Amino acid sequence: MRLARFSGFLFLALTAVALPAQQMEREQAADQQILHALNRLAFGPRPGDVQKVRAMGLDQWIEQQLHPERIDDSAFERKFPRYSTFGQPENALLRQYAEAQRDRRQIRADSGASLSREDSIALRQRAQQLRAVVTDLQSAKVARAVASERQLQEVMTDFWFNHFNVFIRKGGPQPFYMRSYEEGIRQRALGNFRDLLGFVAKSPAMLFYLDNARSMADSGRPTLVPMRAMGRRRTGLNENYGRELLELHTLGVDGGYTQQDVIEVARALTGWTIRPPQEGGGFVFRPIMHDAAPKIVLGRQLRGGRGIEDGEDVLDIAARHPSTARFIATKLARRFVSDTPSTALIDRAAAVFTRTDGDIREVVRAIIQSPEFFAASSYRSKVKSPFEVVVSAARALGAEPDATPRTAGAIALLGQPLYAHQAPNGYPETGDAWINTGSILNRINFGLAAAAGRLPGVSATSSSFAPEVAAAPRAQQVDAVVSALLGGSVSPDTRAILLSGDHPMISSGAVERAAAERAAPEDSEGDMMAPPQGRRRPGAAGRNAVMGRPGQIPRLEGFAQIVGLALGSPEFQRR
Amino acid sequence: MQRRVFVKSGALALVTMGLSPSFLRRTAFGAELTRAANGKTLICLFQRGAADALNLIVPHGEQAYYALRPSIAIPRPSARAAGAALDLDGFFGLHPALAPLKPLYDRKLLAPIHAVGSPSATRSHFDAQDYMETATPDRKGTPDGWLNRLLAVQGTCDECKTPPSAFRGVSMSAQTPRSMQGAAETVAMNSIEQFTIRAAGGQAERLEALYRTGSADLVHGAGREMFEAVEMLRAANPQRYQPRNGAEYPRTEFGRRLLQIAQLIKANVGMEIAFADIGGWDTHVNQGGSTGQLANRLDDFARSIAALVTDLGDRMDDVVILTMSEFGRMARENGNRGTDHGHAGAMFAIGTAVQGGKVHGRWPGLEREQLFEQRDLALTTDFRAVFAEVAGGHLGAGRLDTIFPGYGERRSDWIGLL
Repeated sequence: MRLARFSGFLFLALTAVALPAQQMEREQAADQQILHALNRLAFGPRPGDVQKVRAMGLDQWIEQQLHPERIDDSAFERKFPRYSTFGQPENALLRQYAEAQRDRRQIRADSGASLSREDSIALRQRAQQLRAVVTDLQSAKVARAVASERQLQEVMTDFWFNHFNVFIRKGGPQPFYMRSYEEGIRQRALGNFRDLLGFVAKSPAMLFYLDNARSMADSGRPTLVPMRAMGRRRTGLNENYGRELLELHTLGVDGGYTQQDVIEVARALTGWTIRPPQEGGGFVFRPIMHDAAPKIVLGRQLRGGRGIEDGEDVLDIAARHPSTARFIATKLARRFVSDTPSTALIDRAAAVFTRTDGDIREVVRAIIQSPEFFAASSYRSKVKSPFEVVVSAARALGAEPDATPRTAGAIALLGQPLYAHQAPNGYPETGDAWINTGSILNRINFGLAAAAGRLPGVSATSSSFAPEVAAAPRAQQVDAVVSALLGGSVSPDTRAILLSGDHPMISSGAVERAAAERAAPEDSEGDMMAPPQGRRRPGAAGRNAVMGRPGQIPRLEGFAQIVGLALGSPEFQRR
Repeated sequence: MQRRVFVKSGALALVTMGLSPSFLRRTAFGAELTRAANGKTLICLFQRGAADALNLIVPHGEQAYYALRPSIAIPRPSARAAGAALDLDGFFGLHPALAPLKPLYDRKLLAPIHAVGSPSATRSHFDAQDYMETATPDRKGTPDGWLNRLLAVQGTCDECKTPPSAFRGVSMSAQTPRSMQGAAETVAMNSIEQFTIRAAGGQAERLEALYRTGSADLVHGAGREMFEAVEMLRAANPQRYQPRNGAEYPRTEFGRRLLQIAQLIKANVGMEIAFADIGGWDTHVNQGGSTGQLANRLDDFARSIAALVTDLGDRMDDVVILTMSEFGRMARENGNRGTDHGHAGAMFAIGTAVQGGKVHGRWPGLEREQLFEQRDLALTTDFRAVFAEVAGGHLGAGRLDTIFPGYGERRSDWIGLL
């Protein structure tokens, strides 16, 4: 069945070779194109977005999104919540962390196994601070996706972060390397690939996550500066980053490299490490750790006795490798067009990558302007990730940025805790990985909680979200919800179900069940949509007001009921 | 109590309307559900991140082991030394943090398997997990997981009179793992208590109708399966079963998941395969020896499994627990007192049916020339031989050539695990 959905691509792919892109007919109707673009280049429409894009002209809007620096985002910046840890520079937080670590060691050394009450309180406070660094990052990511005008930039930031995934819970100072890491990716998200790759390679977040910071010349190999000067035990080569650089970041697993290449790349990158946290972190090249013997990387000789140039050359070679052009083109086509992009589309995008020496903006432009992008079969063909489900719901309901960790917590409960995918391959990019019985259930429950007003900054009542239909008949309310949440078009069956409870597919047991539920409310389980962070935080007293009593089941009526149905519908799970 | 009556009448009402997919029959007769199709269950536990086999099942009889691992080796068994390996047979010993599993070995319920793994030489976590979960080493295009194929093959049996349970295959995870992906219906859940529609006033029925109309695509299909499963679980109510026989699960994610697997088994929801995973095994740096990072993971791992076995009591007659990890780690410790990616690994099989009390698998040795690529523990047992023996021998699966494409039955490779 899934194959059938994409069979249209084959035909398109063949015709596309013959015609320049701009002469191709776009298969989708004009308003469909706008919705499609808002769902793929942005995190779904906010109220009024369709009209705004229509007035500006779709191609104009796309061009603007491709140049985020030309978009005035000051309104969003003013709304950006004051997350406590964002008030301090990241390297200051890192220093505090290092001091806390030192204090902890000191306390442990002084007091042996048992801690005094004051000390354990102090340690717990530090742990709480650490948690705030994580939840603030998560909330800020959601806030940007929900409310920034630079939507494509956020989409691309999400894409590249996932491509160059790092795991915030690796331990140690990892959480304190993340903000600058993401910001660096954001600045380069539509820039040059080699530049982005180089930024990542020198970022403490990646150097720590994949252990390159600890990798050094194996014993028996000459180092650039004699190792004995280092005054500590000589450790060895760590291949972790070298392998993922080739497998996940550039050539791709079938890109044509060997285990020997992995070792040579790792050797070339020895000495690329991080300054100690107490010095504020930051990249540093340490000649004393660098393997100075000659290397052969992907068939290219790197002569001996050189320093940081070895690593720079490796990044050059990997970034310009033909497999990399294909690998990146495939992943971008999968992100923007379909889970199974056509070979023709990948070929064209890869050719642009090669011709422009990795200009990401141009590759994205080629994909967006392709006939495949606006093909009828492309419309709603992608399944939303949990992040996209929650953000698109918040946007459609006109949400303000959430100053609490709750919205991010809901995303985690749907299976995508932000910055917390443990493996370097990032979250799945195709629908089949996200859709199963359990995930559909969680998505439906999220929709119900959001409709019940439990998502901070979101109101699903008609008076705030759609005041013009507050007193209107149900049919008009259904139209308003379908327009805001389901792109204006649904099947007759869906519309009938949204309209009333009289559809033949609705079990007649529903009324009886409702009566039973009223008689005996559920009391066993906690609030499904309460984020785990919220549970641990005694200070989150506001939770009850917003999220409802634990165990309370939302009883949706009228307009909110329609919203709950729409958010839980199969159509809303797609973009 | 009253709730259940309404559930049944709701379902029956639909039956009389002529809208009777198989799930409603299942739900309506949920109370009469018995054990899994042939009463057998397989619990697969995946240690993601490549667990260090040589420190799980310690070859304390190998001098080379101690030479290769100066700072992280587990000391030879000794009544006096703290943190020593727990001797199994005079040559192998368990990591001290695996102490909760030692009584299972002594009762011949537990079979450690050494030098087992994938013939693929990959040292990529993702590839190796993919290969193990699809049971097709070095073949990435395999669309489905081996546990799903196992369910699909079993589901075609002609003698099975009752409709298959929606809970034949359960992953205690947010996402369906690769092992369980495929054509056969499986369920993935974070926890039993979350597996319900949280809405009152007929909203659930309207939502169900949204998924029952429209095209039968990926999303609709999964939605329909979900509504069936919710109804059935509601009827079976597994959470009324509390741990028995004094079983104490660790208060960890993994412990909680195994507790819930036990509840599903006791509730007789027809579960044939359960899957859970536990991460944190990628110990490149500061792995620790008898205590430390790896020991902490093993503590959670062993106490959870021991609690599961205790809790299930004589239900272990019908259950086999199989643990696995994508590959082992380098024989030699690295420069960061950790271990890098290696080759062959270790598994545990647990159950009354298992030939326990003996370390299985041929031991290849740790001398330099005995190592794979002169660095890793060499492979002597293909993991598919273990999978096939458990699938065929325990679950009674036929068509092993379909479950293990390109490998087949290979009875001669089985290691006498059952």
